Amino acid sequence: MMKKTSYKKIIKDGLLDNNPTLVQLIGMCPTLAVTTSVVNALGMGVAVIVVLTFSNLFISLLRKIIPPQVRIAAYIVVISGFVTAVELILKAYFPAISASLGLFIPLIVVNCIILARAEAFASKNPPLASVVDGLAMGAGFTCALTVIGFVRELLGTGKIFSSSDGTGGISVFGSGYSPAIIFIAPAGAFLTLAFIVAAFKSVRNRFDDKKEVARVELVHADEASPAASEEVPYTDEDRDEFAGKESDVK
Amino acid sequence: MTNVLLIMFAAIITENFIFSRFYGICPFLGVSDKPSTALGMGMSVTFVMTISSAATYLVYYYALVPLELEYLKTVAFILVIAALVQFIEMFLKKYVPSLYSALGIYLPLITTNCAVLGAALTNIQKEYTFVESVVFGFSAAIGFTMAILIFAGAREKMKYADPPRAFRGMPLVLIAAGLLAMAFSGFSGFSF
Repeated sequence: MMKKTSYKKIIKDGLLDNNPTLVQLIGMCPTLAVTTSVVNALGMGVAVIVVLTFSNLFISLLRKIIPPQVRIAAYIVVISGFVTAVELILKAYFPAISASLGLFIPLIVVNCIILARAEAFASKNPPLASVVDGLAMGAGFTCALTVIGFVRELLGTGKIFSSSDGTGGISVFGSGYSPAIIFIAPAGAFLTLAFIVAAFKSVRNRFDDKKEVARVELVHADEASPAASEEVPYTDEDRDEFAGKESDVK
Repeated sequence: MTNVLLIMFAAIITENFIFSRFYGICPFLGVSDKPSTALGMGMSVTFVMTISSAATYLVYYYALVPLELEYLKTVAFILVIAALVQFIEMFLKKYVPSLYSALGIYLPLITTNCAVLGAALTNIQKEYTFVESVVFGFSAAIGFTMAILIFAGAREKMKYADPPRAFRGMPLVLIAAGLLAMAFSGFSGFSF
């Protein structure tokens, strides 16, 4: 076991390596349902950050008291308590967001991200690390949701940042743009998410390949033919870059 | 009677839980590898959702409303559902072992299926009567089962596809789900 908790690793895990939305693909119900606009996506993200951070903190504090047999039930009680608090606060101070997120606020209770973090992280780690983990995972979720919301709102209405009742907002393409309504419709949610996950994967693949290539070149500096990349299809751009690097090594 | 039929039709087709409401996406993406597992999951959800719709209705109108604790409905409902799932599991194990061996592995997953809690909360929000609540729970679950079964059939064929590297795995599955959602959005023309 590591003695010193690496906060940097926890943060990187939440935002990139184990991003709940783009890598683990959990908590899909709110991801698909509320991302019709940036404002809704942000509202959902902030609600999840609050619930996740507090539930991680309390579950971590209680981790030695909760008997393992009933832990899931105990987690659900803790989580649903915080969700009810967030629900009431939103209803009181942000009625518009509360109305447009609708049932998805109480449904945060069954959001797999929160239960997964409670089970996988908060039940095994000290309070401070659990809070950092909650914030990082929540931020990863919020970032992903905001990107999806941005794409869907931009293409589906031609505006961005309109408030949750559909008024206001900055018109990006001007009044001549006829919006592609499919992006606001349920089908558009699946398609947008698919392309964003694919783009994220492709960037990460490229990044990993580069690391792999660099490593292989170090090992086989005299052979100049990296074995590990043979199976991996490259684009022309990559090959050029690659060739350049090889000649550099030589 | 027509009211009940309308609720059924809307819950199964026009307001399908997966394709228009986005409840229960996790099991929809998670256990739709094979039609047989999809059917098992669908049947378990149908079983639990019908009973939980009845149970949460009774808890809300006969316990929470008289005590003026309506704001605790989320907490109360999730506990009722968790207890109910546990109870159903024990009951089936003891008295109907054949059904238990078919549905057993899916039951624990259902507690955190947002379709079940979503149906319970929708019943309260729309102020359905007892019969309407049960019918809604049952038909929404049938809609869920239908969606996951169709999707599992489509996914089985996708195993032979050879997509670009970035689209392997989940992105391709999501695109298939998007196309299916598009087909279902054709039903939204029905309005009563």
